[in-house]
Amino acid sequence: MSTLAQEVPVPSAKELAPVPREQRRRWTYFVLPVYSAGFFLYLLIPIAFMIIYSFNQSHSALPQVTSKWQGFTTQWYREWNGIPGLGNAFFLSIELALLATLVSAVLGTLLALALVRYRFRGRGATEQLMFANIAAPEIVLGASLLGFYITLNLDRGLTTLLIAHVMFCVAYVTITVRARLSGFDPMLEQAAQDLGATPWVTFWKITLPLIFPGILAGALLAFSLSIDDFVTSNFVAGQTVTFPLWVYGAVKVGIPPQVFVLGTAIFMGGVVLAVMALVFQGRAKKAPPGEDEDEA
Amino acid sequence: MLWLVLFFLIPLVTMLSLSIQTCNSFTFACKLTWHFAEFPNVISQYAQTYVRSFVYAGIATIGALLVAFPVTYWIAFRAKRKNFFLLMLLVPFFVSFVIRTTAWYTLLADNGAILTALKNAHIVPESFHVLATPLAVISGLAYNYLPFTALPLYVALERIDRRVLEASGDLYSTRRATFARVVLPLSVPGIFAAFLLTFVPAAGDYVNAQILGGTNTVMIGSVIQKKFLEAGDYPGASALSTVFLVLMLLGIALYAKFLGSRTIEEYV
Repeated sequence: MSTLAQEVPVPSAKELAPVPREQRRRWTYFVLPVYSAGFFLYLLIPIAFMIIYSFNQSHSALPQVTSKWQGFTTQWYREWNGIPGLGNAFFLSIELALLATLVSAVLGTLLALALVRYRFRGRGATEQLMFANIAAPEIVLGASLLGFYITLNLDRGLTTLLIAHVMFCVAYVTITVRARLSGFDPMLEQAAQDLGATPWVTFWKITLPLIFPGILAGALLAFSLSIDDFVTSNFVAGQTVTFPLWVYGAVKVGIPPQVFVLGTAIFMGGVVLAVMALVFQGRAKKAPPGEDEDEA
Repeated sequence: MLWLVLFFLIPLVTMLSLSIQTCNSFTFACKLTWHFAEFPNVISQYAQTYVRSFVYAGIATIGALLVAFPVTYWIAFRAKRKNFFLLMLLVPFFVSFVIRTTAWYTLLADNGAILTALKNAHIVPESFHVLATPLAVISGLAYNYLPFTALPLYVALERIDRRVLEASGDLYSTRRATFARVVLPLSVPGIFAAFLLTFVPAAGDYVNAQILGGTNTVMIGSVIQKKFLEAGDYPGASALSTVFLVLMLLGIALYAKFLGSRTIEEYV
């Protein structure tokens, strides 16, 4: 037997592997990365356009954004507030987004706590309602809210905008916080209480710090939803003009370059926040899986 | 919870009731008259617009799925810095939706950068234009909702147990067969969730249709918005959006029945 085995050459593992796969891999291996690079390029085109053309010169009396490059200038950054109404709209959007984030973060967190901790009547209905809120087309939300305001004879303005924004942000905050809560060990709270902490102290010292990353992620999501919202705002804003509404109104007559300047500012703010969030998450490695997923 | 009931559920009911009211077109005072005539009215008048909205949104969603799937596959299975690329997927969110659409409007304009280059290279004829065509609206929709498509896909692909793929390889499956018979079936819930998340907002969208489209690419969102905000025809607009909502909910319900709503909720 042993002599026979020596005569028959034992094929090595390398030879056994299907040959065509190895060969084909050489060029197909690059298809996906190249395609992905193209995809990201496509995704980033309008953003690059916005940033680059916020430095574009314009010689006409009423400067407008065109795709013709006329030379580099930082003029629009110096005169960012040169368009009447635009600056106000910008700050109104930021104010609105901050308020909406604050309110929906508080309400959303409380709702998530209630949903996870207590079995109450209507819990299932609440879940359904939240799902419906996220799944419903924005235009229906906006239209129905407007109908509601009209019926109540409410004046449309900042308050109605705030109500609308909180309405569509709350569900997102709740889902993000709930994901964090479901990976939460209730023993920790019991331990705190065993050590003599009151429920109030337990909440502030144990519960809140542990779910804070979830609240932060939800709040970031709410902020970006609110500052970018157009459809619902358009319905409930009345005479009030937020930044997206202002831009939309200017499209057909021509957009001043300052819009791109402010857009770039918001973009940079978003990138900084997101990078901070990434670093934060990287440090808190204990985050349960499912943390990021809900940001969809 | 109370907030949601107060400002989500009640407005919905109000809208339903508004659609059967009769309004004075001068004072905008409305009375409940159980006047159901608006429904057949708007349905017959705007049936074509509804169909167009759903067709555009459907094409845009399928396009976005086809475009996004390979990339999310790459991020989930091959990429080294997943978080970085996920962030890249979300980057468009940091720029206002309206500004992104505007940027496309400027780029795709008849004398804009892209068409000028193509015309100079004689790839397209001189008379070729993109704006105000269905192509512009559909690609605008597909572009704007790409992140909504990509994220659920990524979640589904990321969840696939790598050992399953190894097992399939061990059982002498080729790479192509592994993909078609293991990866694809396992990513189906993600595909369905992505479809829903992209289709629903895309069908109701009117920014793309308004900015990139023309008079014969009007979508249902534009009609609702015009009726509500410009014409002041509240019953008509409410009836339109009620019909839209009902169609959507029917679609979603069928969908959920087909899949079990749990899977959709997981990905939202």
